[in-house]
Amino acid sequence: MIETDNLTRTYGDVTAVEDLTLRVDEGEVFGFLGPNGAGKTTCVRVLACLISKTSGEARIADYEIGNSADCQKIRKIIGLVPDNVGLYEDLSAYRNLDFYGRLYECPESQRRERIEYFLKMLELWDVRDRAVRTFSKGMKQKLAIVRALIHDPQVLFLDEPTANLDPAFQKTVRDFILELKHEKRTIFLNTHNLDEAQRICDRIGILNTRLVAEGTPEQLMESLEGRKTEIQLQQVTPAVTGAVERLGLHYVTTNGNRLVIDVRDPEMENPGITEAIVAAGGHVQFINEKHATLEEVYLKLVREEQ
Amino acid sequence: MKLWKSWAIARKDFATFRTKRYVIYSLVVLPLFISIGLPTLIWLGVRNASISSSQLPALVSGLNGVLNAFSFFFVIIAGMLPISIGAYSIVGEKLEKTLEPLLATPTTDGEILLGKGIAAFLPSVVATYAGAVIFMVLMDAVTSTKLGYIYFPNWTVAVILLTTVPLISILSTEFNVIISARVSDIRAAQQFGALIVLPLAAIYVATEVAFVSLTPANLLIISAIILVIDALLFSLSRATFRREEILTKWK
Repeated sequence: MIETDNLTRTYGDVTAVEDLTLRVDEGEVFGFLGPNGAGKTTCVRVLACLISKTSGEARIADYEIGNSADCQKIRKIIGLVPDNVGLYEDLSAYRNLDFYGRLYECPESQRRERIEYFLKMLELWDVRDRAVRTFSKGMKQKLAIVRALIHDPQVLFLDEPTANLDPAFQKTVRDFILELKHEKRTIFLNTHNLDEAQRICDRIGILNTRLVAEGTPEQLMESLEGRKTEIQLQQVTPAVTGAVERLGLHYVTTNGNRLVIDVRDPEMENPGITEAIVAAGGHVQFINEKHATLEEVYLKLVREEQ
Repeated sequence: MKLWKSWAIARKDFATFRTKRYVIYSLVVLPLFISIGLPTLIWLGVRNASISSSQLPALVSGLNGVLNAFSFFFVIIAGMLPISIGAYSIVGEKLEKTLEPLLATPTTDGEILLGKGIAAFLPSVVATYAGAVIFMVLMDAVTSTKLGYIYFPNWTVAVILLTTVPLISILSTEFNVIISARVSDIRAAQQFGALIVLPLAAIYVATEVAFVSLTPANLLIISAIILVIDALLFSLSRATFRREEILTKWK
């Protein structure tokens, strides 16, 4: 659905996005993580045909970014929630949505239907005639997302949709994005929120001008330290460590009674490890899969880049 | 170009302007001041005068010249009223952060500019006409009661209101929308936009020093020149509307 090949965008001497190559499949939720100034917003602006690319190729649904006729078609099939909600504060919620529905060429019946559907879903229907300036930040953010959905776009670009929201509104917005995910819409999410990315995204890209890493949240977390099995025992004895060594596995002992063992295929290896430990007289209390957090991966990769 | 999209943008702007007091004041105060103030001045001048029948022709001739010049004030008003709305049109959207979602819609530059133009033109020209009607009614009341004749309507004011006023209003609108798309501050846009009044003031001075007389024929020539400039400015506005520059370079 979204493809870029060596996409680059510069502002004078400053390179905002460099040689970005990625694929986002239809129905996938792709998250972009990166520090401030990493080029996330620039990337979304290029993909939304708001600004031009400097070099490279980019396509959405096989329409070419950079071709003005294709850009008009791209704008019809995408929805954008920019980092600033950009609503008309003096107009009502309904008027804002109706205006954008017209510009997106939605027939009147569809416009009315979708406005009512989304405003009711997000509990904004009762305040539809109130001026947007009276809304809280969270209400405005929800309204901005509805605005981006009014024409039923195939691709949705969300630039920091939960930034500056309190935890309750963050959850509402996140749940709404998860609803959209179930509708099999392609979603491109820029975020600083690692927890949000981990919960929502099928795949994540870490951008720091260049694409530093890309994969599923699990792949990224494994990429830092590999997969590990953590076994808590009543007591770690030499017999137990000897049994683990005989299996040819690398381990470390933590807290005196916990073994953290490097594994390649835990589903296959864990039963043998447990049997060996029990046979060596160890008393197993818990077994967990241990991996680096997304935060650890993110910080390591971003610091390496800097 | 889909005209209904431009109309949607204009309707949105009308709704927004209704909530902005300074826009309402800028549309109402000047036409009202001119349309009531000028007849009041004339009335104050003639109310206690005892005019003999021999003086009447000279007085009427002189007054008609003044009224012709006053009529041209409505051309100047038509040039001034679009300044506040037109200057706000693009830079206002940018400053209120509404430009990015607007530009993300499948709406062309021409549709946006036309919509912004309609939003500045229509209220300005309606306010100018309203002022002109009040002015003519009040002046006719003064001349009919004190001098026994009615001056308005006449061919000069008909040409002014039906051709010069709308064309100069379009020119001012286009000029101000272009300025609004090139500067990053509303006050700067209004200051640059106000330059549109200078050539109109020059024409007015030229009439006062009898370099140009405001006959219907001369007004039609002036209107034809403005029409050509209007067409050129619309092309220029499309050519100079740089979405990317507005989004990336303006703070």
